[in-house]
Amino acid sequence: MKALEKFMQKVKPKSDGKFPIAHAIWDGTYTFLFVPGHTNKNGVHIRDSVDLKRTMIIVVMALIPALLFGMYNVGHQHFLAIGECLAGDNVCNLFWDKFLFGAIKVLPLVVISYGVGLGVEFIFAAINKHPIQEGFLVSGMLIPLIVPVDIPWAMLAVAVVFAVIIGKEIFGGTGMNVLNVALVTRAFLFFAYPTKMSGDKVWTNTSLEEGQSLVDGYSGATPLGNAVEGGVEAIPSIMESVIGFVPGSIGETSVIAIGIGALLLLFTGIASWRIMLSTFVGGYVMCLIFNAVAGENLFMAVPALHQLALGGFAFGLVFMATDPVTGTQTNSGKWVYGFVIGFLAILIRVANPAYPEGMMLAILIGNVCAPLIDHVVINSNIKKRLKRVKTA
Amino acid sequence: MSKDVRIRKGVNIKLKGVAEKLYDNPVSTSDIVLKPTDFPGLIPKLSVKIGDKVKAGSPIFYNKENDKVLFTSPISGEVTEINRGEKRKILEVKVKADGDIAYETFKQGDPSSMSREEVLDNMLKSGVWPFIRQRPFDIVANPMDAPKAIHVTAFDSAPLAPDYGFVAHGQGEILQAGLDALAKLTSGKVHLNITGNANADAAFTAAKNVQINKISGPHPAGNVGIQMHHIEPINKGEVVWVLNALDVLTIGKLFKEGKFDASRAVVVAGSKVTAPKYVKTVLGANVSDILKGKTEEGGRYISGNPLTGTQIKEDGHLGFYNYQLTVIPAGGENRFMGWLPFLGFNGFSLSRTSFSFLAPNKERDLDANMNGEERAFVMAGEYEKVFPMNIYPVHLVKSMITQDIDLMESLGVYEVAPEDFALCEYGCTSKIETQKIVREALDLVRKETT
Repeated sequence: MKALEKFMQKVKPKSDGKFPIAHAIWDGTYTFLFVPGHTNKNGVHIRDSVDLKRTMIIVVMALIPALLFGMYNVGHQHFLAIGECLAGDNVCNLFWDKFLFGAIKVLPLVVISYGVGLGVEFIFAAINKHPIQEGFLVSGMLIPLIVPVDIPWAMLAVAVVFAVIIGKEIFGGTGMNVLNVALVTRAFLFFAYPTKMSGDKVWTNTSLEEGQSLVDGYSGATPLGNAVEGGVEAIPSIMESVIGFVPGSIGETSVIAIGIGALLLLFTGIASWRIMLSTFVGGYVMCLIFNAVAGENLFMAVPALHQLALGGFAFGLVFMATDPVTGTQTNSGKWVYGFVIGFLAILIRVANPAYPEGMMLAILIGNVCAPLIDHVVINSNIKKRLKRVKTA
Repeated sequence: MSKDVRIRKGVNIKLKGVAEKLYDNPVSTSDIVLKPTDFPGLIPKLSVKIGDKVKAGSPIFYNKENDKVLFTSPISGEVTEINRGEKRKILEVKVKADGDIAYETFKQGDPSSMSREEVLDNMLKSGVWPFIRQRPFDIVANPMDAPKAIHVTAFDSAPLAPDYGFVAHGQGEILQAGLDALAKLTSGKVHLNITGNANADAAFTAAKNVQINKISGPHPAGNVGIQMHHIEPINKGEVVWVLNALDVLTIGKLFKEGKFDASRAVVVAGSKVTAPKYVKTVLGANVSDILKGKTEEGGRYISGNPLTGTQIKEDGHLGFYNYQLTVIPAGGENRFMGWLPFLGFNGFSLSRTSFSFLAPNKERDLDANMNGEERAFVMAGEYEKVFPMNIYPVHLVKSMITQDIDLMESLGVYEVAPEDFALCEYGCTSKIETQKIVREALDLVRKETT
């Protein structure tokens, strides 16, 4: 380690040199390798061992199960589409083929997301002359997991640039953004390139080699895509949705893989259990309301738990709604915030046929409302204090 | 009518090097230093020059805004140094000891039979006045004010802190004299806030003429600001005076003996101290006299506790308010991949990102490393976990950063002191210097509103 440290110190570029970005990149790498031995100057002399790097890495770790499952499922869906494996044969045959195929499709997206996003961050770090902040470590992993596998690389790159600059850096960078950066990426793609983000062609890779053909009657639509078109009978059973061998965005399909990540986040206390629980309750309540008024509408009549297991609800609930920067900061605010997101997500999903999934828009709306919710909570605290003056 | 308060939010940080409840040989210091920087917001005016002979109780400097508030020498000797910083700001005044302490004489007698003016005058002249601090702003109290109440904390819950009961044991009469003096100063009550975590010493429980409140729970339960908030929160426009029970002993001695006897017991603690014990010395003492041969190499010397204390040099001096001298490892090494979660068993995290939560009572050897770099506020809810007041700490701190005085007022800036934010600062993922922000904001609000 000493040798590496010496080497890093040797190649250190000057911060006021010709290429300030070189220093920014060096600084980012160096502090990644070594937590600098800065000591406390004012105030406390001892400090908690946690820092932002550690916090962010834990979220990335929590995303790994969803990523691995997503890779496998990409391959699985592909081989299903070309008829090389049968429906129901989830794990037995072609296990490594599926995984490898998925990895080849998914890893480039991860690399593009991190490469482009961190590139923009480094440029801003160099311009603003501050060290790079770790927020994008998580965003960069979230982005590939919430896009369809066949998203063109250039579009993804453009969307990431847009999200990092407009979604984050113009507000001042990590910790200052109003909207979740990963969701800004997705919203940008969704509205700028709708044909690549919805419909039934994008969720499964159906590129064919010689001698291969799609199976008869193949439809690559996601369960929710099917449902809004009236094909509610075709939605997978609750068991299938929980396990996740269905078409969808890369990381969103398996509730189990997401659940493993959720356990890590809840255990470490990094994600708020209040938000997770209240989002779930919000969605559940909306489902029950729909169930009650369903009548002939089969989609409204889908049982609540089944409805919540579909689509991106679970992924958004665990990884996006709980973003500490864009969510509410106060504990009572978190209850309201989560409930609103869950409620709106199901409302948009079921009631608006133009948007087969409502989680993205619900969380973005929640992000926008979060400061307002906090404002109300804090004002009640202020009023209490004023009242004390009057009665005293 | 006493109150029982239970603090739930907070944490006791257990450190290695807890002092044994034994007195080491008393140490006579070679010199003492008075630091105007111990008193936030004070503009000092010197009353002495180099070469002047002073007695214990002779004024060294006074408050420019109120020349009745004197800061007096704790020992007798000769003024040898006046150290100044930028813009000739006075940093230290050093008095070299001349052996036996000669005292100025002040009025002696039972404070309960004196008038308020006599008590006030005696306290101001002798130099015990600055022990009394006021909320809001956490500064030396203004003798012109009429405080709503006076709060005395009878325990310190900070890491490695002295046990006030051990120090005050058997000094009930002196304490009572001090409390009687305080009772003269307010038309309201004097509150003595004792610990509910253990049996408080008889010197405290037997106190009369005061309301005794019992406070239990983890640190910061011993912070007088936290206690006040739960007993009777302070509102805009009100003033409450606060001090700690050991300072009341010094005030008591003034009335019992008619002199400014600044001798005090100091706890010497921390993992770099070979045999941590209590030692009897004097206010402002030179720590090299106290620590001679008792510490290991590579320590950081702190006058006070590791959360709120001031870093001093190896041959620095104790602060005016400090009854604790802590020596912890200085730190400063880079750590390879130090951010990896669940590794490294030496740190102590308030979050569950390391396994330290499995053994919250294990004594740890923490060094002065920041364990990261300063970042923007990201994590939500971590300040609230260790901030036992009905105040939103993050929002208050943010309003302080943006210097929004109206917002600070409505969020409760008058109730807080920097020390109340020490645990927030400890656990802050973004390594923000919260106490510094709070101190600067209090100074700003004071400047703008008075």
